Amino acid sequence: MSGRVTPRVIAGVDVGGTFTDLFFLDEANGRSWTAKVPSTRGAEAEGFLAGLEAGGAKRGLIGTIVHGTTVGTNALLERKGGPAGLITTAGFRDVLEMRRRDRPATWGLRGRFDPVIPRDMRVEVAERTRADGTVLQSPDPEAIAAAARLLRERGAKALAIAFINAHANPANEMVAAAAARGAWPDPHVTVATEILLEIREFERSSTAAINAYLQPLVAEYLDRLEAAMTASGLAERLLIVQSNGGAMTASEARAFPARTALSGPAAGVVAAAHLARAAGIADVVTGDVGGTSFDVSLIAGGETALAPQTSIGFGMVVRLPMVEITTIGAGGGSIATVDAGGLLRVGPESAGSKPGPACYGSGTRATVTDANVLLGRIDASRPIGGRARLDVEAARDAISRDVGTPLGLDPLTAAEAILRVANSRMSGAIRLVSVERGHDPRRFTLMPFGGGGGLHACALIREVGLARALIPRFPGVTSALGCVIADLRRDVVVTLNTPLAEVDIARVEREIARRTADGHAALDAAGVRLERRDLVLAFDMLYQGQTHTIRVPCPSVEPGSLTRETLAHAFAAQYEAAYGRTLPGIPPRVLNLHVAVIGRRPFFDLASLAPSGGSLGAAARGTRRVYVDGAWHEAAIYARLELPADAVIEGPAVLEQPDTTIFVDPGMVARGDRLGNIILERAR
Amino acid sequence: MAEPALDPITLAVLAGRLEQIADEMDATLFRSAFNPTIAEARDASHGLYDAVTGETLVQGKAGLPIFVGVMAFAVRAVIETAQDEPLADGDLFLFNDPYDGGTHLSDFKLVRPYFRGGRLFCHLASVGHWHDVGGNVPGNYNPEATECFQEGVLIPPVRLDRAGVRQRDVLAIVTANSRLPQTAFGDLSGQIAALEIGARRLDALLDEYGETTVAACFTALRTRAERMMRAHVAELPDGHYAAEDFLDNDGTSPEALRIAVDITVAGDRLTLDFSRSAPACLGPLNISRATAVASVYVALKHVFPDVPANAGVLTPVEVVIPEGSLLAARKPRPVGGYTETILRIIDVIFAALSRAAPTVVPAPAYGTINALSIAGRHADGRRWVMFSFFGGGHGGHAEGDGLNHGNAPISTATIPPVEILEAAYPVLFRRWALRPGSGGAGRHRGGLGAIYEIELLADSAEVFLFGERGRFPPPGIVGGSQAAPNRFTVIRGEAREHPKLVSKMVGARIERGDRLLLETPGGGGYGPPGERDPRAAARDAALGYLGDAARGDTA
Repeated sequence: MSGRVTPRVIAGVDVGGTFTDLFFLDEANGRSWTAKVPSTRGAEAEGFLAGLEAGGAKRGLIGTIVHGTTVGTNALLERKGGPAGLITTAGFRDVLEMRRRDRPATWGLRGRFDPVIPRDMRVEVAERTRADGTVLQSPDPEAIAAAARLLRERGAKALAIAFINAHANPANEMVAAAAARGAWPDPHVTVATEILLEIREFERSSTAAINAYLQPLVAEYLDRLEAAMTASGLAERLLIVQSNGGAMTASEARAFPARTALSGPAAGVVAAAHLARAAGIADVVTGDVGGTSFDVSLIAGGETALAPQTSIGFGMVVRLPMVEITTIGAGGGSIATVDAGGLLRVGPESAGSKPGPACYGSGTRATVTDANVLLGRIDASRPIGGRARLDVEAARDAISRDVGTPLGLDPLTAAEAILRVANSRMSGAIRLVSVERGHDPRRFTLMPFGGGGGLHACALIREVGLARALIPRFPGVTSALGCVIADLRRDVVVTLNTPLAEVDIARVEREIARRTADGHAALDAAGVRLERRDLVLAFDMLYQGQTHTIRVPCPSVEPGSLTRETLAHAFAAQYEAAYGRTLPGIPPRVLNLHVAVIGRRPFFDLASLAPSGGSLGAAARGTRRVYVDGAWHEAAIYARLELPADAVIEGPAVLEQPDTTIFVDPGMVARGDRLGNIILERAR
Repeated sequence: MAEPALDPITLAVLAGRLEQIADEMDATLFRSAFNPTIAEARDASHGLYDAVTGETLVQGKAGLPIFVGVMAFAVRAVIETAQDEPLADGDLFLFNDPYDGGTHLSDFKLVRPYFRGGRLFCHLASVGHWHDVGGNVPGNYNPEATECFQEGVLIPPVRLDRAGVRQRDVLAIVTANSRLPQTAFGDLSGQIAALEIGARRLDALLDEYGETTVAACFTALRTRAERMMRAHVAELPDGHYAAEDFLDNDGTSPEALRIAVDITVAGDRLTLDFSRSAPACLGPLNISRATAVASVYVALKHVFPDVPANAGVLTPVEVVIPEGSLLAARKPRPVGGYTETILRIIDVIFAALSRAAPTVVPAPAYGTINALSIAGRHADGRRWVMFSFFGGGHGGHAEGDGLNHGNAPISTATIPPVEILEAAYPVLFRRWALRPGSGGAGRHRGGLGAIYEIELLADSAEVFLFGERGRFPPPGIVGGSQAAPNRFTVIRGEAREHPKLVSKMVGARIERGDRLLLETPGGGGYGPPGERDPRAAARDAALGYLGDAARGDTA
């Protein structure tokens, strides 16, 4: 310690399709600041480093970098992972493709499914374990090695091993893992029970297959990041946000990339819940408008919903706890086209940041951003993210050519049409998670974040019927902020599948102790400041004969204090709360044990982000013509970060700041609050 | 009658809230049910029904599609029963009569009249497929039944609760008639809990919005469904469209049974005439009129999926079924195999409509649920019954190939995991695989069926199978080819046996080490096989999707 300044700054980094956003927090003095740079697709490490340097990384103060990544999400959505191979039990190579015999939509009988590992990349080996864990046949290590070599020859860059009933006894998978790892040239071997020790072969195989599918890509990506950081003297501890909203080490992310499937979006939701709580708002719809996508999630009563499993598209099941997020392909870079039927479509295809919207000069296609530029909502002379001047004429030409001419519209009308279609798609996604689940949107606050959210908030309030929108002081860096405040988290599931009366409590306590120790070790490895550590223990239990479980919090976490009786009472109480009755006489059963070790981060006081001083006059930047509803309006322009906390501004107006632009529609009003948030509401 | 004014936001919110209530009832039962047919296969449904007519107002999205149409008849049966003794707050009806309430004896329906301010506001109802309701065959799929009495106990609409008081004698009668009384009691408890949740949620909704607004929402949703259905029908070219298909047999004799439909499109109205179908049969392939109408509803919802799930869908549709038809069975005609008959109704409707709207309709799916029961006794004498439905391929359609290994069009059932089945019953699956070559060829190929091979680990057991499509495989449409037929084999050492009635078998005894091999059909092909994209054909070959399904399980 002596003579050397301990690094104390945590950097949160969110690499989006278009921009890389950073949020820095100095843990010593609570000071925070942000940075934003263009993303460099295909060479994300460059943008990552540029951002760290823009934020003062060279001063040697950065101790931890927490990253919310969309590399995994995009690879799954765009099917750019793999190729991966699967070794499985003889007779079961199609489990992955047969799913649980479902279909994409109840009505219509259409749709198809292509598993992430196609049939010719799935190889069977002779081995079998029975449901009670008895090994009927052990796998021949030679046969495993041969299968691995065969898959490698067929082009596999990663390997998954998933055997029937391995949750009951992973011995055969362990034998196979040793043989396969011996025959495989790199660490990209996923063993199903190492990632999920839970009954149900399809869900476990699918999670393992997706993990393998992501492994080469995510590992390569993290290697590049770390290599680039080493070169810049920034080889500090890199943490990755998991889909459950907690962080893990980069080496864990390399081994378990399936946990990053919703990493970036989860970080944003963590931050949104935090920001809303601080502002006294409990019911929130988050809307992250990025360059390529719009992610929506619901926070009802202050609670972020965690789903025990998620499908990234039909049949692509990841059975790991994840923040519930709905994604559609509509963002600033979404491309506008007129299809063969004469219908205007916006997205899901995106121009990203390379080549980018037409107004960037490098792109040629008309995008949502081009429409916002042409209509005056984005200032072409001072775009966000440190770009040079935007080319309004290029935007006009692209819109005219791609949309105006085919539809017989003038460029301004065409640009408004693009926004209307984009807004209506975003509204649909909000309705899906709110109205269609029985929540009244009139009680909900939209929290737009991402660079583009502030441009669309007013339209979304009106179209969905939301109460208001809250725009955080730094909306472009919400996901990056989420990285900085995310807890560290390690979740493990162990299947017991035993009648309660026969549960070996000593064994359960040994499992708890072992898994807890693993969890603490993982937290230690992360090396960030934690306020405290929580151990969350729960059991999945059911009555003998049922197949669905209820989650029963462990009645005691003190070693040696758990008994079958206390567990029975806890189950009865939980069952009664869920179904209004218990079923005396039917014996309970214990299916799974859940162990979560959570490292709580110190509360980040948002007051440090709040404005001090400022006045409307000082913030005023004159006026600009903005086109709305078929006419030009003279809109007042303000520098948002110079506004006083109690500012009240009626639309039409544009509030500008380095990482976002807020457009206040005519008929709407923007008010500041004490934390520096902007509240958008209908004018009375 | 003027439509009550309801602003569009309130309507959208209420529609969502009501659907949420039904969905939550579904979820409550799925999570708490004891038998996997409900818990995993979701063979259940919940909804809200009109106080006077019993018509479907709102139905959960997760339940079995066929129940969407059928439950209106079930609620109507309760309304008619109540003419002798008026409904009271706290009444709860229980029954499984399939003639008035539709489907088969395994489906127990609970109807709870919902009172608000002392007046009947609507009905809440729950239906779930119980594991065993007595009869000759464990699991109740008895292909040899010639009267409903051989299929299980028949309970007419009776009060399980009378004004809030549980009638313990009724409960005793019902559970006494199951081979698995504990499971039956568990499933019934789950259904009661689901209705309680539904009533609580509806209380809250009505507290918030009031009866007038919610009732106006019911009307608006119904009108909207009807309007959309009429618009879809109006787009079909006027004319007559016919199709016919066959059931293998009725389970008692090898004779095939014709299912035929003559569809007339006239403006925005649709008539489906099933008069050319076979008369009622001796075995359990009969269905009640309620079930037939419900299956028409399912077929039309598949063709026009955007139409909301309520009674308005059927307003512009006329269904003609003569008395004495296979499709209008009366007590005591056995109806246990209703799923097979309604799947065939859906197939002929698809085939007929493909002539009117070839790009809208998919080719028929695998067309049989393959209800397989394996039953035996544990060492301690307790009975065990493994019962499940098995999957097959979906039909090709205008946009692409059919789905491999999907669920039946009348169902959203998922299949229980191998690991759950093996943990619960003394069986070992030797294979759980796609069946190469089973999809019908076509410009867009039918999806693949499956191969399931099950070995018995106990000393002995009895096997029951209720399947179809063994003689008449799923056909293609618009020039596509037929799929591979269903096939069932009992393997004892070197010996291989097939059931005499193709895909139906009752009480075959098997012993330790014997194996059952079920090979299910794929879906029908769409468009002429010669028009298939050569790249798609090459991909099929590379992935091993092709092959000679007729050669059987050696693939």
